[in-house]
Amino acid sequence: MERTTKTPVSLSSLSPGDDCTVTGLQGVRRAARQRLLEMGIMQGVRVRFVRRAPLGDPIEIHLRGYRLMIRDTEACGISVTLDHPA
Amino acid sequence: MNVRSQQPETVRTVALVGNPNSGKTTLFNALTGLHHRVGNYPGVTVEKKEGALVLYDALEVRLIDLPGTYSMHANSPDEKLATEILLGLSKHTPAPDIAVCTVDATNLERNLYLVTQLIDRHVPLVVALTMVDCARQHGITVDTAALSRALGCPVVPVVAHRGEGLDALRAALSNPVRRNGHGPAWRLPESLQKEWLRVQDQLRDQYHQPLSVASHEAIELLTAPDPATLNGGTYDSAFVEQLRRNIEKLDFLGIDRQAAFVESRYDWIRDVIARTVHTPELTSPGITDRIDRVVTHRFWGFVIFLAIMAIMFQSIFTWAAYPMEWIAAGFDALGHLVESVLPAGDLRDLLVDGAIAGVAAVVTFLPQIVFLFFFLGLLEDSGYMARAAFIMDKLMSKVGLHGKSFIPLLGSFACAIPGIMATRTIENPKDRLATILVAPLMSCSARLPVYSLLIAAFIPSTVILGFFSVQGLTLLSMYLFGMVMALLMAWVFKKTFLRGAPPLFIMELPAYKMPSMKTVLVQVWERALAFLKTAGTIILGVSVLLWALVSYPKLGPGAARAEQLAHSYAGRAGQIIEPVIRPLGFDWKIGIGLITSLLQREAFVSAMATIYNVEDGNDTRRAGSLHEAMRRDIDTSTGANTFTLLTAISLMVYYVLAMQCLSTVAIVRKETNGWKWPLFQIAYMTALAYGATFIVYHGGLMLGWGM
Repeated sequence: MERTTKTPVSLSSLSPGDDCTVTGLQGVRRAARQRLLEMGIMQGVRVRFVRRAPLGDPIEIHLRGYRLMIRDTEACGISVTLDHPA
Repeated sequence: MNVRSQQPETVRTVALVGNPNSGKTTLFNALTGLHHRVGNYPGVTVEKKEGALVLYDALEVRLIDLPGTYSMHANSPDEKLATEILLGLSKHTPAPDIAVCTVDATNLERNLYLVTQLIDRHVPLVVALTMVDCARQHGITVDTAALSRALGCPVVPVVAHRGEGLDALRAALSNPVRRNGHGPAWRLPESLQKEWLRVQDQLRDQYHQPLSVASHEAIELLTAPDPATLNGGTYDSAFVEQLRRNIEKLDFLGIDRQAAFVESRYDWIRDVIARTVHTPELTSPGITDRIDRVVTHRFWGFVIFLAIMAIMFQSIFTWAAYPMEWIAAGFDALGHLVESVLPAGDLRDLLVDGAIAGVAAVVTFLPQIVFLFFFLGLLEDSGYMARAAFIMDKLMSKVGLHGKSFIPLLGSFACAIPGIMATRTIENPKDRLATILVAPLMSCSARLPVYSLLIAAFIPSTVILGFFSVQGLTLLSMYLFGMVMALLMAWVFKKTFLRGAPPLFIMELPAYKMPSMKTVLVQVWERALAFLKTAGTIILGVSVLLWALVSYPKLGPGAARAEQLAHSYAGRAGQIIEPVIRPLGFDWKIGIGLITSLLQREAFVSAMATIYNVEDGNDTRRAGSLHEAMRRDIDTSTGANTFTLLTAISLMVYYVLAMQCLSTVAIVRKETNGWKWPLFQIAYMTALAYGATFIVYHGGLMLGWGM
């Protein structure tokens, strides 16, 4: 099998300005998972990591034409692949 | 049996539903004007707003403004209530005949998610497409006719603040179209779709649930971690067993049930938007991104945040002082008028010194409340509030709260009452309660006169390091002390009885916009009214009671005010509580001050002025003599000074921590819907105040500061 060049990483590990595609929410606790799904974060959706708050948490992301802030705890459980690897 | 799936012939109740920040409040205000009522839903602290909506044919219907909600799968008390009302499960509010769902044209994808859920639940629906003016500016064009066909319900574009589209919306509500019977157009994986329909049918046949409820309940059952626990176990074991077996099959097929219900909708929405909406490619970062680069900058972000807070406080402390004086003067004039009309006697005293003075003491705070809510309204409506939560969240998470708790706590520096009223933006009930419980520990403006008096009389005006005065530093440390204790207690509560999963902090950062003056002023008006209602009822009664305590029993007509006070019930109570407060270094005179402070803390100053026979402690010319009298006073039972530096510090510590504000108690009772939490708050704050003051006083004595 061909090895994919796009290894999933956690959304939390990205840098401001990175664009990525969500591959799964496996690491998110159940209560948060439902709400994240409903806010449009799901497999296949494109997300831009916009910035971290000045004190490092939460983070601001951009998806489906709007801005959302989520805490690092949640971002850690969201796996993504980078769209434009640096 | 299936009543809800068809459009009713006459519309009586209309519910307004929609995502937060989707222009729902603006639309509500535009549709009802100021003709609406604000109250609480029974049993929950969710604000209930409803007004009269006049439709085309002069028919007046009830318009209920439901709390902003992202999903029918409720995540907060607000959302739960909205879901229950829409499904007709609410005991106190009838199911709406039709729902208007606000959909932000600049944020269609996520806003339409709720619409798909409402269609699923067969809620009769009209979509109000809001912010179309903003969308136009961004070059977004929506084919509303095509969107309406896709959704199967009328879609009316509106610009609520300019009144555009309101007539069309009224017309759409007056002539509701019968929804054609076909089910939702989005497709779940086939086996899941089948199971959903099967469960739905069984809920209707076996449990006689209406279609809308059955459809909703079937989704909840199929996405719950364990279906047996749902609905308090009202379903029989055969039903649950069958469901569980089918769920296992679905899981075996690798179907993520939780995700499938959401993903199928979003896929469908994508498709609909591709056909009906034209969105231009963004070439440059929008205005919101450019503002955010500064506002959430790691240095400038905090500078701007502090500057905004400084302006807010400045206005509350200084600008509000003028209208406060006018109100005080107005009540004074009213008092004099009553004095000149009525003959001298108990009735006159009751009216002037009891009722009028008591209500005046509370109503004087109205300007501060108006100013605070005006600023909070501007910050909220412009979109800045979400940014404040964004930059403060990390700090607040250290004590188990989140960013949204910061603003109410900060507002409590002015007055705990508006601060507590402002906690309504916090969705999680435990976080909200923790914030309410600690808010009165923030030093409010009513403590300032007490601090001022004690500091001016007992703290040396030495200047250290060439710049800082000891007096100023003392004042600062009292404010800091209150703040630290508030955060500490929040941490304790969140670690103990308000323990819960770490609060979910998934919050939208809305685009910046010019705040709407109407929306802001309507909110200020609602808050001011709510405050006055409380002041007008509970406070009036308490003021009269307190007046009676300081006025009776009466000495002869020639008695000096100080003697009269000592002789009164309050004075005797001061002497009775002396053994209790003696360990804190307080004598019965301070006891009288503490008792009169129950109505409002600054009453301490006038109580001291009365006791030491000084007319007005706030008058600068006479203030010196009050300070002198307090410094010189000898406690006859011990032969030592009544007040020492240590007593003054102990007393300030007590005022920082003690719950001495009946207006706050009244507001907490209202906001938490009962006496349990205000009583707990009084108990813990009194214990805290007593304990801390005891430690400070005896610690000070041991260090030899008693002299």
